[in-house]
Amino acid sequence: MHVGIDLGSRTIKVAVLENGQLVDQQISESGFDPHGQALEMIGRYNPVRVVATGYGRHLARKHFADEVITEIKAHALGARHHFPECTTVVDIGGQDSKVISLDARGRVSNFQMNDKCAAGTGKFLEIMAASLGFRLDEFGPAALASTQEVAINSMCTVFAESEVISLKNHGSPPGDIARGVHLSVVNRIVGMLGRVGYGELIVFSGGVARNPCMVKLLRERLDNVRVDSPPAPDIVGALGAALYAGRMEL
Amino acid sequence: MTDTPFEVKPHPEMWAGLGMDVPRFDKARQMLGEVYDKMYISQANRPTAMQYFDDMVSEIFGGRIKEMLAVKEKGKPVVGTFCVYIPEEVVVAAGGVCVGLCGGSQGSVPDAEKILPRNICPMVKSAYGFKAGRICPYFQVVDFVYGETTCDAKKKTWELLDRLVPTHVMEIPQMKNKRDKTLWLEEVHEFKNKVEEVCGTTISADDLAGAIKVINNKRKALQRLTRLRANSPVPISGKDALLIEQIAFYDEPVRFAGKVNGLCDELEERVKKGTGFCGGDTPRIMVSGTPMALPNWKVHNLVETAGAVVVNEESCIGTRYFKDLIDEGGSTIDEQLDVLTDRYMQIDCSCFTPNDERIDQILREYKKSNAQGILHYSLQFCHTYNIEEIKVREACEKEGIPYLSIESDYSPEDVGQLQTRIEAFLEQIRG
Repeated sequence: MHVGIDLGSRTIKVAVLENGQLVDQQISESGFDPHGQALEMIGRYNPVRVVATGYGRHLARKHFADEVITEIKAHALGARHHFPECTTVVDIGGQDSKVISLDARGRVSNFQMNDKCAAGTGKFLEIMAASLGFRLDEFGPAALASTQEVAINSMCTVFAESEVISLKNHGSPPGDIARGVHLSVVNRIVGMLGRVGYGELIVFSGGVARNPCMVKLLRERLDNVRVDSPPAPDIVGALGAALYAGRMEL
Repeated sequence: MTDTPFEVKPHPEMWAGLGMDVPRFDKARQMLGEVYDKMYISQANRPTAMQYFDDMVSEIFGGRIKEMLAVKEKGKPVVGTFCVYIPEEVVVAAGGVCVGLCGGSQGSVPDAEKILPRNICPMVKSAYGFKAGRICPYFQVVDFVYGETTCDAKKKTWELLDRLVPTHVMEIPQMKNKRDKTLWLEEVHEFKNKVEEVCGTTISADDLAGAIKVINNKRKALQRLTRLRANSPVPISGKDALLIEQIAFYDEPVRFAGKVNGLCDELEERVKKGTGFCGGDTPRIMVSGTPMALPNWKVHNLVETAGAVVVNEESCIGTRYFKDLIDEGGSTIDEQLDVLTDRYMQIDCSCFTPNDERIDQILREYKKSNAQGILHYSLQFCHTYNIEEIKVREACEKEGIPYLSIESDYSPEDVGQLQTRIEAFLEQIRG
């Protein structure tokens, strides 16, 4: 049994592999005590090896994990598990967005991460949803339902929030603003894809890949490209860590 | 490692005499000591000759300041600079001291932001803040400051800095045509006149010949250190080497060159014995880009904490400062200033357009240093390096060199993200 754990900024994800097959998975809030939370999540297993990834990877290494890998490598491994032919991965998590380019053998050949501000991340969508009065699970569908979009120009979360509030007060419908917010994130990702380059298949991973509007807009903005996600995009990083744990024995 | 923690020594009476904000500065001093203890003293396998440089840091706000005050008492100038374009040979020829004032600390940024816009280069803000907050003894010691026009943030800030300390400006050309050299040569002559005026002395050809030798020797010692870092296992950490390159801007040049050469003797012995700072299989990273002014050790610390080693700095605080020497053959002042200007015109700062010789230089240094990847470092809002980065990236792609570009300032808020990027870069290199 091999356990991969992804200690992210918003949630902790666990993937459990038995003979190379995913047998269990969990997601929970990171909370105030990620170390305690992580221990509680993996306590029920008896793995030969635990590999940690995500922002809390070094904390995990200090206390219980056998090895750490970065989210970049973890998402590359996890994405290739589902789509063995993919050479591009887009991961949008709580705190980061990443575009990862892989060579034919699946090794990371290049990557880009968002700048140090939160724009273009899950956190950005979360804050914008709140200021528009949507629950996070309503936000994507509401944006999807809109046929018009208003442009959000600000790159900074704080300024973008002011921009959203000002649009609201000018009478723009929340759904249209929501669509504009989604589009601003997609435009950033498309810019990063342009810098790194991309193949015919882009695997979209991370929690934001569950947002239907993000997936649709990303597909619309990229010609002749297939954008696909595994069934549980949030645990791709944890899965990659678990796969790495399995490989270490070889 | 010793039992007593490293300390930057306090000199409150001298600081008070220099008109500093002593209580506040004393806190900064303590913090610097703690950071140095953690980042430097704790390193394993350090060469014993690093003791001198540790002592230089320990006395950074005391011993070296006293030496500068003694120079001033003899009627010689202490000139503060911010750029490798200011010809320090001229100051040394006049018997003065040239000290690099570049700001490398987040601590003084809030002082600057009381006046300056927030979205400009952190180095400019930090430097201005040190003077505005009276929290840098070097700034308090200098007779005057010589700025330059390498970037917009600097040249406009000098106008404001001049209100706090006499600030002169050299006009750096932006291209490298013949008429640009003519301009720069005139600027160098004016600089010499200004230094002579302050000292009440005339610089002779002998004085200048001596000074050119002194600074050439300093640059040669740093070149030797760089060559030794090309060995595997690398005999010295990147952090230690960067520190030495930083100290080059404030130490007494003859003594400094001697100490660097002493260290190099020890490193040669290490190379012969195959002793390294780290194992031979440690990934070797070359850093390229904007200067890392003392105490900016952020990137080197992240890289070396992640299990790699920095083997070269293609930067103003790095090879750009010492890769070129001045021809020592000039016999008249005019001849000497002419060859001096030739040397300074070779500096491949991104403020020039075009500046393709820097790309060639980066590739040369990459090969010479036996590095396995290039990390491009640009300070936030440094437009010229940030834009030139595109050409560096393209060149690395063409040559198949693993490459990572980061843009950062002095604040610790992006350390987590940078750590992820750097670790992923190392995963990429390790394959």
